[in-house]
Amino acid sequence: MAKKKIEPHPMENILRMDRIPHIWCPACGIGTAVTSFASALEKLKVNLDEVCVVSGIGCTGRVAGYTKVDSFHTTHGRAIAYATGVKLGNPKMKVIVFSGDGDIIAIGGNHFMHAARRNIDITVICVNNFIYAMTGGQVAPTTPLTAYATTSPFGNIEPPYNIPRLAEACGAVYVARWTALHVRRLTNSIVEAIQKPGFSVVEVISPCAQYYSRINRLGDGLDMMRFYHDNAVIKHNEPTENLDIDYQKQIIMGKFIDREKPTYIERYNEWLSESKPKKK
Amino acid sequence: MKANSKGVLTGTHNLSGNEAIIEGAFAAGCRFLGVYPISPSLEATDRFLQRSGEVDATFVQMEDEISALAAVLGASWTGKKSMSVTSGSGLSNMMEHIGLGIMLQTPCVIVNVQRTGPSLGIPNGVAQGDTMQARWGSHGDYETIVLTPNSPQECFDLTIKAFNFSERFRVPVLLLTDAYIAQKKTLVKIPPTKDLKLISRKLFKGAKNKYLPYKNDKNLVPPMVNVGDGYRFHVTGLTHDERGYPVMTSECQEACVRPLMEKITKYQDEIIEYEEVETDDADVVVISYGATSTVVSKAISLAKKDGIKVGSFRLITIWPFPEKRVRKLAQKIDAFVIPEINFGQIAFEIERCAAGNCNVFFVPILGGGLPTPEDICKSIIKASKEKKKIEKLIEL
Amino acid sequence: MKETRAKYWRKSLNLSEFKIPKGKIHILKDRCKGCGFCVEYCPNNVLELSEKFNAKGYHPPKIVNENDCVNCGLCEMVCPDFAIWCTLDKEVCLES
Repeated sequence: MAKKKIEPHPMENILRMDRIPHIWCPACGIGTAVTSFASALEKLKVNLDEVCVVSGIGCTGRVAGYTKVDSFHTTHGRAIAYATGVKLGNPKMKVIVFSGDGDIIAIGGNHFMHAARRNIDITVICVNNFIYAMTGGQVAPTTPLTAYATTSPFGNIEPPYNIPRLAEACGAVYVARWTALHVRRLTNSIVEAIQKPGFSVVEVISPCAQYYSRINRLGDGLDMMRFYHDNAVIKHNEPTENLDIDYQKQIIMGKFIDREKPTYIERYNEWLSESKPKKK
Repeated sequence: MKANSKGVLTGTHNLSGNEAIIEGAFAAGCRFLGVYPISPSLEATDRFLQRSGEVDATFVQMEDEISALAAVLGASWTGKKSMSVTSGSGLSNMMEHIGLGIMLQTPCVIVNVQRTGPSLGIPNGVAQGDTMQARWGSHGDYETIVLTPNSPQECFDLTIKAFNFSERFRVPVLLLTDAYIAQKKTLVKIPPTKDLKLISRKLFKGAKNKYLPYKNDKNLVPPMVNVGDGYRFHVTGLTHDERGYPVMTSECQEACVRPLMEKITKYQDEIIEYEEVETDDADVVVISYGATSTVVSKAISLAKKDGIKVGSFRLITIWPFPEKRVRKLAQKIDAFVIPEINFGQIAFEIERCAAGNCNVFFVPILGGGLPTPEDICKSIIKASKEKKKIEKLIEL
Repeated sequence: MKETRAKYWRKSLNLSEFKIPKGKIHILKDRCKGCGFCVEYCPNNVLELSEKFNAKGYHPPKIVNENDCVNCGLCEMVCPDFAIWCTLDKEVCLES
C-alpha cells in the first residue's frame, strides 16, 4: 500500500511540528491560544528571525518549546525579567512572553508590575485558566471566589486578581482580554499588541478541562467553551474596574486600554545621548 | 579621564575595588549591567552609569536580584557580554538564575561584594561567608568558577579573567570581593588595549537548520548563537538533549549534566591560580584569600621572629579548588593555618584535602572586621608546636 | 426551505461575479485528542465525531458534508492540537 502523502500543516514554519503532539490535555485552550498567536505572526508578516518567545513554568510555559522562533523556557515567574534582558540586549527583536496566570501574576507578579511601569517594549500573552494546572489544580491568584481547587477544598476564600485592572494601574499601554473561543478577535488583538510599542498585555481566558472544570464539576472543555459562548460579552473600552471575574458569571472581553507612552528604550537612549561626552 | 574607542581607560588611576571591577568589565567588552542596589556594591553601579554614555552600554535597575540576573542572562543570549553586581543576601536571591545560567550555559559575570550574614548582618561589614554558597548555592550538581581578588588592581585583572572564563566555558563566573577590597582605593594600572587578552564566545557558523544548541565540541562546550541571528533555537532549564528539547530520562540527565561539570574539571589546571611565598621549606603554611590575605604577611613576619618556618599560600581561584597543590603541601608540612572571616568554610575544604596528613588550624572571625596579625601569629605558633600527626604514629 | 425561498427572490444581475470558496479539509487523525471543538463550532456542520478510535484512543472528527465547507478556517483556529486545517479547493459560482 502506497503511503498517503500528508500535506504540511499551514503553520509548519511557525511551530515545531517535530515536537507535536504537545503535552496539553484534551480540550485545553492553550493550543488554541498558540494557534491564534501563530496566525497573528502570519498576519503581521514579520521576519520570524526577529521574534523571540520567552515562557516561564507551567502548562503555558511549554509554549516556548513549540514555537519555531528563538525561544526560552526559563524559571518560574521570571519570563518577563528574562525578556527584559533580551529586549534591552537586542532592541530590534519582537519579544513575546507567553505564560500562564500563576507564572505571570503570582510568582512573577512583581516582574509584571515593574515591566509595565518601566514600559519595556514586550508583549505579554497571559493564558488564564483560573488554576495551577501542571501541579495538579491548586488555587491560583486568579481563581474566582468560592471556586474549588485542591488547595481550596471548601471554596476559594481569596479574592482574585483582575488582570486588566492590574495591568492598567501599573502602566501597560495596551490591554485586552478574550477567551480561547474568540480566536479571530484574539488574533487581531495579538497583532495590535505586538505592533504597539510598549508593554502590552493580552489575557486569554482558557478552559482547563482536567483540573478547573473537573474539580468544580463544570463538565468537559467543550462545556467550558459553550459557557464562554453564552456568557462572554464584548465591551470595548470598559473601565477595568468592572472586569472582575466572578465564579461562573459574565465575562467581559474586549480591548480596554490603548494609549501612548515612551518606552524604556526610548527614554534610555535619550539619556544616553545626553550623557555622551561632547566632541570638542 | 578619557577612554579609547574600545572603552579601555589606559593609564594609572586611583580606583576603589568596585570601580576597578567596572573598568575591568568595560575593558573585557562588557556592555550590559543588570542590578538591584545593595551595599556595599553601590560604587560599581555608579561607575558603570558614569561611563556608559562613553561606551554605549545598557543599564537596567531591576526590581530585585532575581530579575536582575534573569535580565543579565537574557541580554547575554543577544551576544552582549553581561554582568551583575550584588552582595550577600542579593547573591542568595540570585541562586535561582545561577542554576539557570549553568543549565542554559549562559556566559555572564556576577560580582559579589560579600557582607556579613546570616540574613542582613552588617551591611558594610567585611566578610567571607559566601564561599560555600558560591559553590553550592543553587540546587543540583554543577561546577563553577569563583575568583577572589585581594586588591583593586587584582579586581581589574580578575574581572577580565572572569569574563574570559565565562565566555570560554559558557558558565556564570563569580567574583568574590568584600567590603574592604571593594572600598579601599589604590592606584590601578590599566594596560593599553593591545596588551589585553580577551576571549569571546565561540559562535556557531554552520547552516541555519543544522544548529543544535547543546551539541558539545571537543572541549565539551557547545558553540553559541545570538538571539535574532536566525537560528531559531530553543533552550530550556529542563534536562534537555542536544536539540535543547526537554527529555525526562536518567540517561539524558547523565548526558546533559555530566559535561556541565567535566568542561570545568577537565581544564581546571588552566583555571586555577594561586600565589605561594616560601612554602618550599615551611613547617607551617598560612592559607588565605581576599581581605584576610592582606594581613597575613604582617603575621608571618611576626612569627618568623620566633624562628618558625612559615610560608604563605594565597588562593586566587577558590573554585575549582586547587586540590592537587594543597594535597601535596599537606604531605610535607606540619600544619595549615587558615584565617577566614567566617566560621570555617574553605577551612573544611582544606581539611578534606589535608586528609589527616597535617594539622589544620582555623582562625575564624565572624565578620565586621579583619583578623589581627597577632591572632594569626598566635595560631602559627600553636601550630608549630604540635607535631605532625603521621610522625606521631610512626614514633608509637 | 432554501429552494422555496429562492423561488420568490429576484436574481441579482451580477450574481455570476460572486463565488463561494470550497474548502478541502485535512485531518491528522492520530494527533487529535477528541475535544470536539471543531465539530461544535463548524458553522456549516461539516464535521461529526467519528465512531472509530484513533491510535491514542480518542474519537477524531470525520467529514460528513464536505461540499458545505466554505474554507472559513474556524476548525483550524479552534483546534488546540493542530490536527485539522482546510485549504482552498476551488471556487464555485453561485449560479451553478
